[in-house]
Amino acid sequence: MNPNPQGPQLEENKVTTPKISLRNVTKTYSGVDQPAVKDLDLDIASGEILVLVGPSGCGKSTTLRLINRMIEPSSGEIIFDGENVTNSDPNELRRRMGYVIQQVGLFPHRTIAENIAVVPKSLKWPKDRIRARVDELLELTGMDPNVYRDRYPKELSGGQAQRVGVARALGAEPDVLLMDEPFGAIDPITRFNLQNEFLRLQSELKKTIVFVTHDIDEAVKMGDRIAILRDQSEIAQLDTPEAILTNPADAFVVDFLGSGAVLKTLTLRRLRDIQLVHPPEITEQTGRADAAAQLRQSDFPYAVLLDDTRRPIAWVDQKNLDSSDSLDSNSRRIPVKLQPEDTLQEALSVMLQTSAGMSAVVDGSGQYLGTCTIQSLAELLTDQPVDGASL
Amino acid sequence: MSTTNVVDNPETLPARRNQSVSQLDLIVIPVFFVLLAILLTVVWIYSDFDGTTTSILEPDRLWTQAQEQITVALWSTVLVIVLAIPLGILVTREGAPRLKNNLVTVLGLGQALPAYGLLVLFFVAFGQGTLTVVLALAAFALLPVLRNTIVGLEQVDKSVIEAGKGMGLNGFQRLRKIELPLAVPVIMGGIRTATIINVGMATLAYLIGGGGLGITIAAGLKLNRPVTILVGALLVALIALAFDFIGGLAQRYLRPKGLS
Repeated sequence: MNPNPQGPQLEENKVTTPKISLRNVTKTYSGVDQPAVKDLDLDIASGEILVLVGPSGCGKSTTLRLINRMIEPSSGEIIFDGENVTNSDPNELRRRMGYVIQQVGLFPHRTIAENIAVVPKSLKWPKDRIRARVDELLELTGMDPNVYRDRYPKELSGGQAQRVGVARALGAEPDVLLMDEPFGAIDPITRFNLQNEFLRLQSELKKTIVFVTHDIDEAVKMGDRIAILRDQSEIAQLDTPEAILTNPADAFVVDFLGSGAVLKTLTLRRLRDIQLVHPPEITEQTGRADAAAQLRQSDFPYAVLLDDTRRPIAWVDQKNLDSSDSLDSNSRRIPVKLQPEDTLQEALSVMLQTSAGMSAVVDGSGQYLGTCTIQSLAELLTDQPVDGASL
Repeated sequence: MSTTNVVDNPETLPARRNQSVSQLDLIVIPVFFVLLAILLTVVWIYSDFDGTTTSILEPDRLWTQAQEQITVALWSTVLVIVLAIPLGILVTREGAPRLKNNLVTVLGLGQALPAYGLLVLFFVAFGQGTLTVVLALAAFALLPVLRNTIVGLEQVDKSVIEAGKGMGLNGFQRLRKIELPLAVPVIMGGIRTATIINVGMATLAYLIGGGGLGITIAAGLKLNRPVTILVGALLVALIALAFDFIGGLAQRYLRPKGLS
């Protein structure tokens, strides 16, 4: 993190000032020697989802709650939209930031509509505007306003309650959402759906979101950037999910990512990110002997058979070439053609299906570009994490 | 999908129990009221009234005594509400001195005193009269309302208050919009208890010149007229049931919608 936002290093990033900044923020609870958050500097860019993730007790929730001053910092400054809000009216500040908590905390004695209207009502919006906004938000979060508007929270399932929780947080159109393990208490299937819907929502809304979770998978899925925190909210690494997974800063991060980190990388990286290899290319017109010679000279067990328009048809090995059968009738046809936009995880599953350990990559018009092999994935997966751990 | 109830809070259970009890009350109380009223009518019609009994049970006199009983019970209940609820709110505020438990203990001791003794103490301090009775009864019935106010406010799901705070509601708004409405069922339970205590204890008001149906009962005891004792006691019971019924109605209709 660069303390000087005008610094040349940030040119490729947004040059705009961060939406929220924590400057040297420390929180020490009375009667406790160790601060819960110590000298934290954190910039949150406008429109990004920044995920705070770390083991329990690392201070990630405290950090989140320092932003809307649910917890008052012992020292340091909180800057919001370029304005120092460390000593401003906390209630006014909170009305400008949506806040979603794990337990949702809907008012049980208020209808869904009344729950969503809390902040707009505090801000004295006219009744018509509130009503329209409530319906809009219910639609947005996938709840039929005519069904749910006048219901009470006890009639909702956990997943529905958190939808309303998100709708309520968005009530008065805040630029910022603070989410404290919002999907933590929801069953895995519903959580998966809510995460996807939330990402879809965010792609339209472009809010600035600070998202706390203890689940690294959720962090990788939700975050534009991830801050991995250790004790006292010290930032162990702050970067994009991809960068963290492929290049963890130290042993703590490696430990925290766990053994699954390598596989998670596959979901983040795309075929266009890796170097494709080029086994011998043959067509029906290539002479068998010629093809066999090409194959022997290469390091590859298979050659790729292309048709007249350079579309890949099948993998061909020495045995196919020796036999007299037609080359495109062998068992290693290429039914699935990957494109550079596909993830490495998809590439891996295709390789496992076709038994050739290779997958052909084509461009938009179906023309052959190159091949991804299981070896190239293995290199990618084994090399970098090892490097990172040895740092 | 309702298996994952995010806001499930076992502490809300007492409130739920209160609710079902109060609904049953609204049927049971009138039934008892009618039964006792029939009993009273039967006693009144079929007993032999001698001169003394007739003079004790003179309807005008009974009416006055009943009014005194109701007045004393009503005002002491009002006083209890006015004192105990704000006190309960005060001691449950964030950062309030930790005197909550001490307060409940002290008032608990007060309630352990015989009601008679308490009346005498107040008599010594404030002299004769209705006001003294009202004060003494209020002191005696303070505890249930205070305790239920504290319990009622503390059983409110913390995450709901947290969410309110996170939406920029200040302390007073959280109290008014979240905590008090959600505590109403429990607080009302305490008020009903206090009311019954007050109606019953008002029977002792005659001891220090507060009037009430205690006069009739005491006269019956002294002059050995069981019928007057029975009539006095039945009238007290009818007043108590009427008060409790009103309390039950209030508990039902003041209860916020949306609570299970």
